[in-house]
Amino acid sequence: MKLTLAEVEHIAELARLSLSDDEKTLYQEQLSAILEYAERLQALDTSAIPPTATVLPLRSVTRADEPRDSMSREDVLANAPQVEADSFRVQAVMD
Amino acid sequence: MNRAVALYDLTIHTSIDLMRRGKLTSVELTQAVLNRIVEVENQVQAYLTLAPEWALDQAQQADERRARGQDAPLLGVPLAIKDVLCVEGLPCTCGSRILEEFVPPYTATAVERLREAGAVILGKTNTDEYAMGSSTENSAYFTTHNPWDLSRVPGGSSGGSAAAVAAGMALGALGTDTGGSVRQPASLCGVVGLKPSYGRVSRYGLVAFASSLDQVGPFARTVRDAAMLLSVIAGHDSHDSTSMPLPVPDYVGALNTNGLNGLRVGVPREYFIPGMQPEVAEAVRAAIEVMRGLGADIKQVRLPHTDYGLPVYYLIAPAEASANLARYDGVRYGLRVDAPEGMWETYRQTRGAGFGSEVKRRIMLGTYALSAGYYDAYYLKAQQVRTLIKSDFDAAFREVDVIASPTAPTTAFKIGEKVDDPLQMYLSDVFTLACNLAGICGISLPCGFDGEGLPIGLQIMGPAFGEESILRVAHAYEQATEWHTYRPQIPMNSETSSINEDDE
Repeated sequence: MKLTLAEVEHIAELARLSLSDDEKTLYQEQLSAILEYAERLQALDTSAIPPTATVLPLRSVTRADEPRDSMSREDVLANAPQVEADSFRVQAVMD
Repeated sequence: MNRAVALYDLTIHTSIDLMRRGKLTSVELTQAVLNRIVEVENQVQAYLTLAPEWALDQAQQADERRARGQDAPLLGVPLAIKDVLCVEGLPCTCGSRILEEFVPPYTATAVERLREAGAVILGKTNTDEYAMGSSTENSAYFTTHNPWDLSRVPGGSSGGSAAAVAAGMALGALGTDTGGSVRQPASLCGVVGLKPSYGRVSRYGLVAFASSLDQVGPFARTVRDAAMLLSVIAGHDSHDSTSMPLPVPDYVGALNTNGLNGLRVGVPREYFIPGMQPEVAEAVRAAIEVMRGLGADIKQVRLPHTDYGLPVYYLIAPAEASANLARYDGVRYGLRVDAPEGMWETYRQTRGAGFGSEVKRRIMLGTYALSAGYYDAYYLKAQQVRTLIKSDFDAAFREVDVIASPTAPTTAFKIGEKVDDPLQMYLSDVFTLACNLAGICGISLPCGFDGEGLPIGLQIMGPAFGEESILRVAHAYEQATEWHTYRPQIPMNSETSSINEDDE
């Protein structure tokens, strides 16, 4: 199973990753090798096997709906790369 | 190698005993460990952030508490924290450039519990970027060196914590284990490392890698010390909906048994494979004979889907990582590279510049496995085979109480040896990752040295929430052997001794 360069570029686009040409070539080789290794899973018949997403019996855990203090705006914004008017500053989403 | 003598080589248990009897203060102990760090950190490079002044403050407070007649389970004990766990006010880089400037506004529950138990936090230890790796070579900052041979890796991803504990730069430490990241570096550094069952320790304040697999676990130099740390950090947390609401047993009390009479130890032949280092297999087989001598009933068990563990893990973990790491978009925290082309290009360039090679590789792999047309063939298939792997362990634990195996197929490898071949690097986790896939618990402890004087690790795995069993077996083995008493001799260089003098 050999990935094409176009497939590598498509995955990078889905993941919002800018890659250099060297990285694209490298990942094309390496991801192909890893996926080829993963092909061995196809040898198992799993048609009757349910998937495991979590090993815990817990589902939809909730807590009591009680008001409590949250983090201060100052703390929330302290790590933001850009702040304006007590808010996260972002680029325009629509042109 | 040397026998333990110095203050910085004390076990947690002994140091607390000395402090309770008034023979030692936390300030003396913490200062001794800080001096040791000055002495060997240039060679080992275990810490990403050191907080010596804060550590001495905490030690002073611990001594004051004790002087007032107070006590706590870890009062005055200096510990290190892997740099993927948040400690309020200290940088949390996750070994990544993208979080170089990030200072968390709150503390992880596991660390908070150590603090409440009186522990002194020394600093944050090196890790492969986002805990993705088996050697610390994927850290964006530097590679940690194995204290037993500075030309070799400490293992990973919690290699900084393992090396710090091995080198006397902390009495114990926290790490995290997603596919072996506590146990494998413990094995390579000759210390004890425990991965608790999934759901045993809160992950609130742990930066997420693969959410169905991640667990926080302790490093220490003895099994008793690991049990003491686990007792403090384990238990339900309302901030983590995946922490189990179960009582925490007396893990230290569980150690107080004579021998292993009647205990059934399973040995899976799938964990002794061609290609592993023969000395590792020999040492582990010898350890199993020691357990037999202590009264354990040794039985062969089968884990027939073992061969599929590696591909299952390297589909599920990257898939979950690709989702978890989607949050690094340069808006709320972390690096931002502003692109004039607009928002989407800013995302691409921020992530392209901020993430290192292995993280990008795993995001790509995970994104592919989750993408339209490949989800069923890769991600769903891996989750189905995960069910089979878990069933193997369920069946085995109906016949035995614990399973004994090697922790890693080899002892510490050379720095640079596997960096260009990700698949070879991934094979370092071949004996540890099934434990995470099945959600069970496992511990690694020293069981010998190879011909180069490098430590070998024995892994004991137990059923989910069976930490008492693995601790009991590990402790009985440890007490019957002396591997845990050896310490690495770290060569001093002239540069560090001059730093030491300046510091005095």
